[in-house]
Amino acid sequence: MKDLAYYKKERSEAWRVELRKSMKAKERTSRPRVKMPELEPEERRHIFDKEVNIGLTVEMAISEAQRCLDCPDPTCVDGCPVNINIPKFIKKIEAKDFKGAIAVLKEYNTLPAVCGRVCPQEEQCESKCFYTVTLKKEPIAIGYLERFAADYERLSGDSAIPEVKESNGIKVAGIGSGPASLAWAADMAREGYDVTVFEALHEIGGVLKYGIPEYRLPNEIIDFEIENLKRMGVKFKTNFVIGKTKTIEQLREEGYKAFFIGTGAGLPRFMHIPGENSINILSANEFLTRVNLMGGAKEDYDTPIPEVKGKNVAVIGAGNTAMDAVRTSLRLGAKRAMIIYRRSRAEMPARKEEVKHAEEEGVEFIFQTNPVRYIADEQGRVKKVVVQKMQLGEPDASGRRRPIPIPGSEYEIDADIVIVAIGVSPNPLIPSIYPELKTNRWGAIVVNEDQQTSVEDIFAGGDITRGGSTVILAMGDGRRAAAGMHKYLKAKFPEKVK
Amino acid sequence: MNKIVDKVFLSEKVVQMDIEAPDIARNRKPGHFVIVRVDKKGERIPLTIVKSDLEKGTIRLIVQEVGVTSGKLIDKEVGDYVLDVVGPLGKATDIKKVGTVLAAGGGVGIAPLLPIVEGFKKAGNRVITVLAARTKKLLILEKEMREFSDEVIIMTDDGSYGKKGLVTAGMEEVLKREKVDEAVVIGPAIMMKFAALLTKEYNVHTIASLNTIMVDGTGMCGACRVTVGGQTKFVCVDGPEFDAHLVDFDEMLKRLNAYKDYEVKAYEQFLKNRKKQTA
Repeated sequence: MKDLAYYKKERSEAWRVELRKSMKAKERTSRPRVKMPELEPEERRHIFDKEVNIGLTVEMAISEAQRCLDCPDPTCVDGCPVNINIPKFIKKIEAKDFKGAIAVLKEYNTLPAVCGRVCPQEEQCESKCFYTVTLKKEPIAIGYLERFAADYERLSGDSAIPEVKESNGIKVAGIGSGPASLAWAADMAREGYDVTVFEALHEIGGVLKYGIPEYRLPNEIIDFEIENLKRMGVKFKTNFVIGKTKTIEQLREEGYKAFFIGTGAGLPRFMHIPGENSINILSANEFLTRVNLMGGAKEDYDTPIPEVKGKNVAVIGAGNTAMDAVRTSLRLGAKRAMIIYRRSRAEMPARKEEVKHAEEEGVEFIFQTNPVRYIADEQGRVKKVVVQKMQLGEPDASGRRRPIPIPGSEYEIDADIVIVAIGVSPNPLIPSIYPELKTNRWGAIVVNEDQQTSVEDIFAGGDITRGGSTVILAMGDGRRAAAGMHKYLKAKFPEKVK
Repeated sequence: MNKIVDKVFLSEKVVQMDIEAPDIARNRKPGHFVIVRVDKKGERIPLTIVKSDLEKGTIRLIVQEVGVTSGKLIDKEVGDYVLDVVGPLGKATDIKKVGTVLAAGGGVGIAPLLPIVEGFKKAGNRVITVLAARTKKLLILEKEMREFSDEVIIMTDDGSYGKKGLVTAGMEEVLKREKVDEAVVIGPAIMMKFAALLTKEYNVHTIASLNTIMVDGTGMCGACRVTVGGQTKFVCVDGPEFDAHLVDFDEMLKRLNAYKDYEVKAYEQFLKNRKKQTA
């Protein structure tokens, strides 16, 4: 429950009052929602390294910010997993104080440039906007405005780093360098801790780097945020698998006092149907890692990818990862880039914007259809996927209608490449090495409301505690874990921690 | 960045390299491997750790040139750096005292076999080792193997050294004459397939160390998946060693060819470039 009095107090500051007076509500609500300038579908379906969403101009951002009514009870805040003070940052934009806007964002959100791009706003803040709920109109483009503020600061070359308290000399270790750990690291560094983040891969950023393609989330944005963290004193060690290269016990011997596990949900799920181990059937993780992390699509990089040009590509699944895989296939020159999904359009978990972009680019959606087995040639290369039609019954545990196979509805779809994007599970490495860490039946590490595990000096957050989820939820966990860890360490070392 | 501190050619295309990696050296056990990326545009490939030196903080890798990445690695000299080395990965070999162990290594598979032979010997087993290569000059690590084996049988395809024949002939000689409690086979997939079929006839529990394609090596992509006993396993985290009688070698052989055309073309180009550079 948010503290309404706090929001009311802020809202009554002179500059906010002036701003509200400067334009009548009627004029604000008469404007349509801003349209994000986008690269044309025909042009962008061949381009990897330019973002589809070009970004709002200053004029567009101010105009959109003016649409916001600065509600006395900002329900948008309730929709945000980290409760960003949304009206405040939007009103800063309206007042042309862009630096002020990013300062507000950074109080709550370590990676606003990332969230502005990848948050499912339509399920979060924007779904609770007064426009959506009461006016039945399109909501304020909160995500676009967040991105605008973050990009403005980055491109201005004048990026402020948050104030860092005097060092208290206490060493803490982050395991994994995805959004959960990055958010945790920022908060711990701010409190004066000696923070080191250990990453198994050779690049920092976790799923932000290996999973999300450049045309949606450019690597330079992630690297910019990582640079800021380094400026705050955070140390990063790559090619370091905690549990293998060094154990947690060895780190304790080196003086580390607490640990944050942010190792994610990188374990790919397969359907375990006949033929699934044929050549050119890959998990979405493998496909995207080859392309995004290993430069597989680039001529001068050594890592190969399956030959996509002119081929039929079938992506199984309809979440954001499936959209990333299918749109990447299109950009690689696929003749047909298909989404095969067992439920219908209404149940698709992907962000609405990803689906829209995918359709504009020419992705084919085949709904209420599920693979049964694969047919390969004599060399073991997949040639066809045998599918069956599904009908939708009563909702299952996820709340979505349950797919039920229709007998006798099998048919074949030509597929030279199949990408399995049906979900991921928590990375099993750390739980398997440390059985004392309590996990649930899906392998996720169990934590309390302070993100503390069953081992007192070990905290965890992000997908390792949730299964495949979102960047913003991971970051919220990371921040909560930092608060919990700080509380724990303060109690344990009262003479050291201020 | 890991420095190469020693380099020795074991044969024309096989190089033994010692690389600085003190953390890996400390936690390494027989059976573990590393993933190596030579440079920024390079691939990630798995290589077994043959041994580690705690004092020097180094690990030993043995690389056979079969393509671009192994070629780039072999071209590096002492004092050069390898960009990324991560490990120790995989599950360590389950070394126990069983009695008599039959170890069979084919070609460059002899390299990962060495630490396992050493481990079984030190655990108090009788170790009979069969080493096989196409020809004498491709046979590696004979001296080191003799140090940890009660008997060494050498097989070459062309008879230029030891006995003429395949590794399975050498193995069968042993299986026929004495009771073997455990077998370990490492080499090209096709060799492991037939070695496993042989030991199955004699009902000897056999471990194979699989060498599939890998990308991350930490269990997050599934490129290395194999079918073992009807279930899908990841070689990088569930292996690399498995019960050889349960491994679907035919499927594994097919999957190893996934990028064959690309690899051949890339290697041809690499050789052309190498010729130009040394010209």
